Amino acid sequence: MSYDLVVIGTGPAGYVCAIRGAQLGLKTAVIEKDKTFGGTCLNVGCIPSKALLHASHLFEEAAHDFAGMGIGVSKPKLDLKQMLSFKQEGVDGNVKGVDFLFKKNKIDTFKGTGKITGPDKIEVVTGNGKAEVVEAKNIVIATGSDVTRLKGIEIDEKRVVSSTGALTLDKVPGKLLVVGAGVIGLELGSVWRRLGAEVQVVEFLDRILPGMDGEIARQFQRILEKQGVSFKLGSKVTAVDTKGKTLKASVEPAAGGKAETLDADVVLVAIGRVPYTQGLGLKEAGVELDERGRVKIDDHFQTNVKGIFAIGDVVRGAMLAHKGEDEGIAVAELIAGKAGHVNYDAIPNVIYTYPEVASVGKTEEELKQAGVAYRAGKFPFTANGRAKVNKTTEGFVKILSDDKTDKVLGVHIIGPDAGTMITEATITMEFSGSAEDIARTCHPHPTLSEAVKEAALGVDKRAIHM
Amino acid sequence: MATEIRVPTLGESVTEATIGKWFKKPGDAVKADEPLVELETDKVTVEVPAPTAGVLQEIIAKDGQTVTIGAVLGSIKEGAGGAASTGSAPKDKTVPAAAGRPDQKTETTKPVAAGPTPIQPRSGNEQRVATDNAQAPSVRRLGAESGVDPASVSGTGRDGRVTKGDMLAAIERGPSVANAPSQQMRAPSPADDASREERVKMTRLRQTIARRLKDAQNTAAMLTTFNDVDMSAVMKMRAEYKDAFEKKHGVKLGFMGFFVKACIQALKEVPAVNAEIDGTDLVYKNYYHIGVAVGTEKGLVVPVVRNADMMSIAEIEKTIADFGRRARDGQLSIGEMQGGTFTLSNGGIYGSLLSTPILNAPQSGILGMHRIEERPVAVKGQVVVKPMMYLALSYDHRIVDGREAVTCLVRIKEGLEDPARLVLDL
Ligand SMILES: Cc1cc2nc3c(=O)[nH]c(=O)nc-3n(C[C@H](O)[C@H](O)[C@H](O)COP(=O)(O)OP(=O)(O)OC[C@H]3O[C@@H](n4cnc5c(N)ncnc54)[C@H](O)[C@@H]3O)c2cc1C
Repeated sequence: MSYDLVVIGTGPAGYVCAIRGAQLGLKTAVIEKDKTFGGTCLNVGCIPSKALLHASHLFEEAAHDFAGMGIGVSKPKLDLKQMLSFKQEGVDGNVKGVDFLFKKNKIDTFKGTGKITGPDKIEVVTGNGKAEVVEAKNIVIATGSDVTRLKGIEIDEKRVVSSTGALTLDKVPGKLLVVGAGVIGLELGSVWRRLGAEVQVVEFLDRILPGMDGEIARQFQRILEKQGVSFKLGSKVTAVDTKGKTLKASVEPAAGGKAETLDADVVLVAIGRVPYTQGLGLKEAGVELDERGRVKIDDHFQTNVKGIFAIGDVVRGAMLAHKGEDEGIAVAELIAGKAGHVNYDAIPNVIYTYPEVASVGKTEEELKQAGVAYRAGKFPFTANGRAKVNKTTEGFVKILSDDKTDKVLGVHIIGPDAGTMITEATITMEFSGSAEDIARTCHPHPTLSEAVKEAALGVDKRAIHM
Repeated sequence: MATEIRVPTLGESVTEATIGKWFKKPGDAVKADEPLVELETDKVTVEVPAPTAGVLQEIIAKDGQTVTIGAVLGSIKEGAGGAASTGSAPKDKTVPAAAGRPDQKTETTKPVAAGPTPIQPRSGNEQRVATDNAQAPSVRRLGAESGVDPASVSGTGRDGRVTKGDMLAAIERGPSVANAPSQQMRAPSPADDASREERVKMTRLRQTIARRLKDAQNTAAMLTTFNDVDMSAVMKMRAEYKDAFEKKHGVKLGFMGFFVKACIQALKEVPAVNAEIDGTDLVYKNYYHIGVAVGTEKGLVVPVVRNADMMSIAEIEKTIADFGRRARDGQLSIGEMQGGTFTLSNGGIYGSLLSTPILNAPQSGILGMHRIEERPVAVKGQVVVKPMMYLALSYDHRIVDGREAVTCLVRIKEGLEDPARLVLDL
């Protein structure tokens, strides 16, 4: 039997694509090599990390902030085993949800590793070595990404871990060395610091969060340092000696120079992710990769082989679950003969630490480099009523708009709930709206979102509460 | 179960329609396929039939409102027999999904699911509910302050929305050239005169005609060449075979059949007049779909006689007669008005002596016919009286050269003055 659409991989890109295809009447199947559906995001990425961030934040609040609000509790005790099973329950619930959605949408599922053996044929090899051939008029590759490894450093997921191991440490490390000051390193570093670890972050560049707005990154670094995370910027980890009871990491200045040794109980390697195409048979199928190992696609997500498409972490663009999901929807719509499209200029990016960091669109650095004349409106949470009364006044909102047309070009927020608040900026950008459009839209009082409105007013130098 | 009534697909390039009139009220029993509501589109008026039998439960899109293809117009409560449900007061939570004022935001209330049944995600229906094209707040402010009507500014935002930047640019250009000249603001009249004026909203058909004519003028390098034709031969033939023709074909022998044939013969010789411009390409159409302008109460429509080159004069006459009848009843389908390659416009039936027709874009030629009138003409040094008609061929000079246009019109004239040429393909 031949399917209209077969999706390889059931991460957020793949499963959303399959559901959308089925909604549009395509006979659809998915192939997944892991035991559970949901990919990186649901199993070892977004979902479990957020469960731990939530629980560890409450743990810290209970210890530090309750008393000030008149809530008397004895010093909270950590039950790490329970916290990890709280996380696992969340993962299981989400994974089962995908299962249910496949059934509901009458999507056939094949468990095994998919290998493309022709433009319309995929061989699925199951765990016990049995092979089955699935025929497809259209194939979508959504095989995601894998941890980037560091030369000379072996990940054992016990003491030298990737994000996956860092989600399941069975005891709080005394000292955690995080390699890489990106989103994943800072999120998981935050989790273990809150639970009691001493956290040090080593970063090759001379700043944290490369790609994010510089002003935001600097303030974020100060906040994290106040929380007890220490940073070693412009440095690289060249080796980890695992012989002794304590790990010994060799760290060199990025520019070259004398190496030093840092002790750690656990080293978390979080220097990024690489596209995953192993075992897919792309070479034999003639599907081209780009210079960074990503599957090469055109504007319609099609590879150089007609009828084979690719989406998500395995292709160019930000490695974000929602970016993959939107591509999944767009490619399903295109395959069904509709007009699918993803607007890469309006994809939000969130770091779920405390406070959160969220951004959409261009940074000030990018605008300066492109020579775009812009205006910036800023508003600190210290001047926002709700933040003041909750005593959560760290951070600010920054809106960048075109000097001439006032069109919103970028919005950057650091503060509590930034990830939720960024959506209004994204919608504004999606509709080519102006800062004035945000400023003239009624925002409920008292909410943190009023800071967004005030920053929009600030673009025109007419913030009210400043 | 309630069944949604939706705006049907109305043909290529038609994206929205205006609600003409609802024939039923909420609470009325309806039969399946019974017409419920009339939609006016750019091109035709269509009736939307009831998708199922039952009771009209609610009307979401009211008379005069603009709706997009696929938008929900209302719903029908199925089954339970019309009688049973008419007794209970119809749940009429009519919702002003998109009230007329384009400058105001309107709320769209979601229908509340009755009872504890889970809300089913709509399957199979991919279209959104009508938008009211509300303008962004900055755009409304700039409109109010500057007097530039946002509706007259072409938008670069999503789905063609006007952005603040578009407004600022339009204001900078000055209100005089605020884009669409067809939507100029009118200076207020003195009170005395104003009280005697009547304001009527342009129908959608009228608005489309206005826009398309102006677009054609703005795009094409339009020019008209004239000639006159001695209609004696055609009239003689008509007089001679009128009765036999009608008896055999059941339709009157008119002039249009001859004109269509004469035009096609000329177009074959001068293909540029039957071509169009697409970007930097010229598209020569080796088929002949001839549009015939028909006046109706609501405005001009141009049904198309397809593959007219393969039809006999009788078939052409029959097709045109049928178009005329159905145009007057507003029953032409959109498909019947699309795809023309050349157009005939007969102002003669209203008595026109001479005119310069405007192209039916993206076509490159249109023939204007005029009244037939006895005029003295000189033939071989003698003044004789002949039934004459002026002909006007408007053409797009970007694609048709003057020589070609003149040749084309001369060929049309020759075919009509000596119909034997049409038969012999000369
Ligand atoms: C710790 C962590 C936290 C993160 N947090 C966030 C966050 O908060 N927000 C966010 O947006 N993103 C987050 N991400 C990134 C996010 O997880 C990815 O962007 C997203 O999962 C990519 O989706 P995908 O569908 O492209 O690929 P994946 O989710 O990687 O899914 C690919 C799937 O394909 C399967 N597969 C691969 N090859 C084959 C084959 N040959 N045959 C069959 N199956 C195959 C894999 O088993 C996997 O299930 C996080 C990532 C990590 C690691």
